Amino acid sequence: MEHLELFFKSIFIDNMVFATFLGMCSYLAVSKKVSTAVGLGAAVIFVLAITVPLNWLLDQYILQPGALSWLGDEYAAYDLSFLSFIMFIATIATMVQLVEIIVEKFSPSLYNSLGIFLPLIAVNCAILGGSLFMQSREIETLALALNYGVGSGIGWFLAILAIAAIREKIRYSNVPPALRGLGITFIITGLMAIGFMSFGGMLTGGEEEAKPEVKTAVIEVKKEDVKKEKATLKADLEIAENINK
Amino acid sequence: MGKDSRLILDPLADNNPITIQVLGICSALAITAELEASIVMSISVLFVLGIGNVVISLMRNIIPSKIRIIVQLIVVATLVIIVDLVLKAYAYELSKTLSVFVGLIITNCIIMGRFEAFALANSPYRSFLDGIGNALGYGVILIIVGFFRELLGSGTLLGFPVLGDPIEKTGLYAFGYENNGFMLLSPMALIVVGIIIWIQRNRNKALIED
Repeated sequence: MEHLELFFKSIFIDNMVFATFLGMCSYLAVSKKVSTAVGLGAAVIFVLAITVPLNWLLDQYILQPGALSWLGDEYAAYDLSFLSFIMFIATIATMVQLVEIIVEKFSPSLYNSLGIFLPLIAVNCAILGGSLFMQSREIETLALALNYGVGSGIGWFLAILAIAAIREKIRYSNVPPALRGLGITFIITGLMAIGFMSFGGMLTGGEEEAKPEVKTAVIEVKKEDVKKEKATLKADLEIAENINK
Repeated sequence: MGKDSRLILDPLADNNPITIQVLGICSALAITAELEASIVMSISVLFVLGIGNVVISLMRNIIPSKIRIIVQLIVVATLVIIVDLVLKAYAYELSKTLSVFVGLIITNCIIMGRFEAFALANSPYRSFLDGIGNALGYGVILIIVGFFRELLGSGTLLGFPVLGDPIEKTGLYAFGYENNGFMLLSPMALIVVGIIIWIQRNRNKALIED
């Protein structure tokens, strides 16, 4: 139950993009086409799933106040938490390089699809943000940390997939010239974030009620998607008609 | 001299890191609900980017290009740790508000972007000016967004009530004005930045994307 709750919470309620604005730079830069967005999203899930548990171990056994007590009692008073930024970012940068080398060696096809995105990821705020939030939210076990990493990754993946799909469609719409490109993307992201805020009440209904609420929320998303699809289809039809005229 | 002053002035408007280059959005949006936090964040980035650009520029001939990303990350991380410790020592409440976003200056794309695009190829003095210019351009947007969100959202500026007292109904509130609490929520930051981009591109048609 605890796992399920954290999983849905990190995907929907604390969505990386819409609730905390992490990884916005690559989110805006790489969301012009759905296929590249999927590649980057998958790479983010992959790297978060590796780095968050690793940094959890670092945090538990090296960085936290009193974490060094496994070395002996005289080390119990050390507090190395001020080093966490540099340790986390070093872990992330090394892991990204390592993952790149391993993937290149063992799965060239995966490397071809993920390859170009991996170096980008080392400086993606979502990755470091995942580790820093994991630290500040005091996640308790390694399994939960893994869960949190994968969940946040999926949340980021969903966000970039959605915006890429909308941006592909919006090319057919008549956006005011000054808003084209970046401006309209910002405003759409804002509107999507407002939509995601409605997930806020999803897990507050108590243990027994939590499950059905999750289901309805998912159905609502589907309905919204269908509506969006319809709206874009209509817009496309109108454009087609105008061209025919 | 004219060339050097352009290094500072260009990023303020026509080559702004946030609205034109689309860098450093991550931290820009999450902390702008209050003007004070935006100002402190701008100063932190000013410090990190100014000093970092000089350090990278001084080392530009001895960094092997294969490991330059890690070297850059270490330089930034060190500077950010200094900022974080100073904030914790002198402005503890504020450092709680900024929480992880001080740490996220490390992965702020503006910083890596300027290191890669400018400091690795230019002299320390010019890199310093470029760093200051870009950090100021970033700060300007942060302060504009923070100003409107705090003014419209809670009716205060830097914590001072400027529109009157909402409970005793003085000032503007006497005419039935209400605070727009929605401005304090995170999505509005995106929409405010979107509107800034809209206004800027309307004034300067050369910036419009096709």
